[in-house]
Amino acid sequence: MNWDPIILTFQLASVTTFLLFFIALPLSYWLSQTKNKFKPLIETLVSMPLVLPPTVLGFYFLIAFSPGNFFGSWLHEWLGIQLVFSFSGLVIASILYSLPFMVHPIQSGLTNLPTSLSDASRLMGKSRTTTLFKVLLPNCKASLLTGVILSFAHTIGEFGVVLMIGGNIPGETKVASIAIYDEVEAMNYKTANAYSLLLCVSTFAILLFVYLQNGGYLKKYKR
Amino acid sequence: MIQIRLEKTLKAGENGLKIDVEFTIQQGMFACLYGPSGAGKTSTLRMISGLLQPDRGFINTPKNLWLDSDNNISTNPKNRNIGYVFQDAALFPNMTVLENLEYALTSETDTKYLHELIELTKLDELCHRKPNTLSGGQKQRVALARALAQKPALLLLDEPLAALDSFSRSELQGCLLQIHKKFHLTTLLVSHDIDEIVKLSDQVFVLDHGKLTKQGAPKTIFTQESLNANFEIKGKVLQIEQRETKFCVTVLIQETQVQIWAQKSEIQKLKVGNEILVGAKNFNPFFLKPSK
Repeated sequence: MNWDPIILTFQLASVTTFLLFFIALPLSYWLSQTKNKFKPLIETLVSMPLVLPPTVLGFYFLIAFSPGNFFGSWLHEWLGIQLVFSFSGLVIASILYSLPFMVHPIQSGLTNLPTSLSDASRLMGKSRTTTLFKVLLPNCKASLLTGVILSFAHTIGEFGVVLMIGGNIPGETKVASIAIYDEVEAMNYKTANAYSLLLCVSTFAILLFVYLQNGGYLKKYKR
Repeated sequence: MIQIRLEKTLKAGENGLKIDVEFTIQQGMFACLYGPSGAGKTSTLRMISGLLQPDRGFINTPKNLWLDSDNNISTNPKNRNIGYVFQDAALFPNMTVLENLEYALTSETDTKYLHELIELTKLDELCHRKPNTLSGGQKQRVALARALAQKPALLLLDEPLAALDSFSRSELQGCLLQIHKKFHLTTLLVSHDIDEIVKLSDQVFVLDHGKLTKQGAPKTIFTQESLNANFEIKGKVLQIEQRETKFCVTVLIQETQVQIWAQKSEIQKLKVGNEILVGAKNFNPFFLKPSK
């Protein structure tokens, strides 16, 4: 069995989750605090990947990033970046595709905190940033963990978006979900089963860890 | 002297509530905002602190002008130096008691003052505990100490004792009064407990449907309509029953139920659940020392 697709999958999930965390944090905070009239519009856009078929998103990425189009050719000529059929393209697409899985838990964690916590901190003369990092985020650790793990697990399970934007280049864009499809096409059920089983076990372990941690089951083993 | 004038229309309730208040709190005074639920007490407190923006208003303190809506002046809440004790204590669950207090300190070097506060509020043994392991009374003591840690120009208390049992309540009232006097604080307490107001405050502002209806010393305010009594005590009506030509009113006074005979004219304004002052004339009290 070739391990490249598995390694690439976990690489993609790690990079996507890492970058997504820092993008989603300010966005979630803004959504949890704002009364701006554009908030529903932003919330709708963030939630779109939940309902759209992944191929739709992948298709539009393919069009936008294609060197034949303005944006793609501008990226290629001015910055020397080619996003179609490349790992960086996969990362950008995955970030957008997994956005709601990171934003929703963090936003709801922040919204559910009593407003008196941030009010108290403000009246103590603290800035919004200090309040966010010292008071709000430490009190919604469970939501942060849920956001991180869901985004990671969701990126592992991607198929449609990565197939459209990444193609099927071994070692570059061929992730585990695509490798499984490939092996089935080639009637190599044994290898397909090995990949599938690995994904099943790893995602099961990741999700089980979240539920154990958020449910407080792991605390009794600490000391 | 703190001059306060505030106007705001709130959307809460069926027809909304228009708050329109104007009052002055003398420096070093323990003042109290009294009124029924929904009268606008908490909203008034939030407007003073800057957490809620009034439609129009003016707040002037000896050191700074906090609000003058006509001239577009509104000091950010974080610069008003207000100590605020919330009804739910609002302690930060991720920090220990000590960390909560340290977070509120204005300068790192103020640890001597912090230890004085800890001693006064009897928090020595709770310092390393997290808020979720504390009782309601303990949480409010921490909240009070935390509000004082920043040496506030004005201490605002939003019914901090409302949810406590009578013992914790009485203990914390004593602590509050002691601290108010020791640090020469200017304090504004929101409460609907007459007993508490009489015990703690120098001046009371009565708020009803967003308007100030009365103000003055608590004794004067709460006994105006009465009684001309030689003796008075606060209670809550539990039951009113007719027994032949008279009425028997069961009143809860602290934790004791007392039955009092009343005339029809006396019970006409009473309803079960009302808080009342029970007075007695020609009253001949005697004292007994409680046995342990």
